[in-house]
Amino acid sequence: MRVPLWKIAHARSGDKADRADIGLFAFDAETYAVLKREVTREKLARHFGAMATGPVELWPLDNLLALKIVLNGALQGGAARSIRMDNLGKNVAAQLLRMEIDAPENLPRLAREKTS
Amino acid sequence: MSSAGKTVRIGAGLGFYGDSWHPIRASIERGGVQYIASDHLSELTLAILQKDRQKDRSAGYARDAVPMLADLWPAAAKHKVKFILNAGGLNPEGARLAIGKVFKEKGWNARIATITGDSVLERIDELGSAGEPLAHMDTGADIGGVREKLLFANAYLGAQPIAEALAQGADIVLTGRVADAALTLGPLAHEFGWQWDDWDRLAAGLTLGHLLECSGQGSGGNFGSSGEWARVPDYANFGYPIAEVSADGSALLTKPPGTGGRVSFDTVRQQLLYEVHNPHAYFSPDVVLDMGTLRFDDEGNDRVRVKGASGAARPERLKVVAGFHDGWMGTGMIGFAWPEAYAKCEKAAEVVRTWVKERDWPVEETNVEYVGYNSLLGENADPTYRDQLNECFLRMTIRTRDRKVADGFGRFFPWLGLSGPPYVGSLKGVQPAKELLGIWPTLVKRDLVETKVTIEVENV
Repeated sequence: MRVPLWKIAHARSGDKADRADIGLFAFDAETYAVLKREVTREKLARHFGAMATGPVELWPLDNLLALKIVLNGALQGGAARSIRMDNLGKNVAAQLLRMEIDAPENLPRLAREKTS
Repeated sequence: MSSAGKTVRIGAGLGFYGDSWHPIRASIERGGVQYIASDHLSELTLAILQKDRQKDRSAGYARDAVPMLADLWPAAAKHKVKFILNAGGLNPEGARLAIGKVFKEKGWNARIATITGDSVLERIDELGSAGEPLAHMDTGADIGGVREKLLFANAYLGAQPIAEALAQGADIVLTGRVADAALTLGPLAHEFGWQWDDWDRLAAGLTLGHLLECSGQGSGGNFGSSGEWARVPDYANFGYPIAEVSADGSALLTKPPGTGGRVSFDTVRQQLLYEVHNPHAYFSPDVVLDMGTLRFDDEGNDRVRVKGASGAARPERLKVVAGFHDGWMGTGMIGFAWPEAYAKCEKAAEVVRTWVKERDWPVEETNVEYVGYNSLLGENADPTYRDQLNECFLRMTIRTRDRKVADGFGRFFPWLGLSGPPYVGSLKGVQPAKELLGIWPTLVKRDLVETKVTIEVENV
């Protein structure tokens, strides 16, 4: 089934010069395996569209059940020369949590949602 | 001297210039900390401080350090807590004078160290002659193009001068630009006598410094999530994180008892990866950290054990960040209520575009955002309810080289009040032109900077 990331993961983003960077975190190991498989550089580049003008970088971290994502060229040259409302890219993580991926129905967070 | 069994407790100070210092009191009075590591400088704070200094040569430091220490020092002195602050900004001596003045008035004594030598703005030509071209770290571009527009250029110093200042008996250490995490690594290396090539221990100190450098973000603040954020207790009484560190670099991360916030596996790993590029090579002046071997053990009750950091040799070059003038931003905002709130914002934007075009202004870029709809989520805003919004605000910005154009742009928006679509709000005055700053990250051989670093310790 299609699942938006906010149901199964949490995320924070920040800025460094012209890079927006995101940490995406699974609540459990089972979900982490799904994130690692489904959240790819290609899908990320598509999701962020014109915003990420440079390459997307991605590192899985098994010890943290996390993906480190970097969007190069995403902040109009950097926070202090950006003319956007979100010049610091703090909401890039919220944008990521709206991404939908293919995931099994029985992931722990989804099962919990169903029974509560 | 054996340091087995010894622990050192370091508490987070501010996370940026203007952050709240009030939570630090709980760390001092109930958190058992020996040091507060306080970060007042974001990537471009130095541009603000440079402008202060242009107006007043005695300024150029983060002014909030003065009332902060005036408020916290009696408690700190009682509990024997030392402060490491990068609040010196572009003028650590100016900061010491301002703090010294307050201490004198109050009749307090302290040994205050200042660390200088990070600024290379006046040395660009000298560094060029020494074979350091200061090309842009990411693009390779020549610095010549921005040379005349530079506002500041500072190298990130490491933890060694901080440890040295503490060895000289400083109670308060005021630095300019240092790596944020060095504010924590410095006191740890000093207390445990860590060698400067003991890469794994230095990497452990860097990890802890990184976890403490953003104040409440290390203890459950800005906990990016759906729903989970609402379960973080007592935002009004937030506790900043504290690291209780052992000689081998392993640590317990916690916060003062009776405070809000949350220290858990989830909140700590969010901070760990925050503003990190390659997590297997997190660069600092003192060591390069691989986050892939770290282990976090959540013991519950706001206690997380951190261990397993691995480090590699420090880089041969220091990072320098320079800032330069890069044009002006004009801003205008106007709000409309239902009905057709979004459509009315669109119409207003169209009118403003026409006015700009008629004047043939030199505008390089126009940005149109709808506050309440897509100003934070951009292309990922969900359009389902766009046309039924209760209210919507148009925010328009332009980029231009001409300050007068940026000022004039803001003055358009009130005109829409009586001669535009109906049910307007938010006409709260005109926003003036805002200066835009470009950022120039580059590298320089460390010897060329480190030989100029000066530590001065004075009793005030």
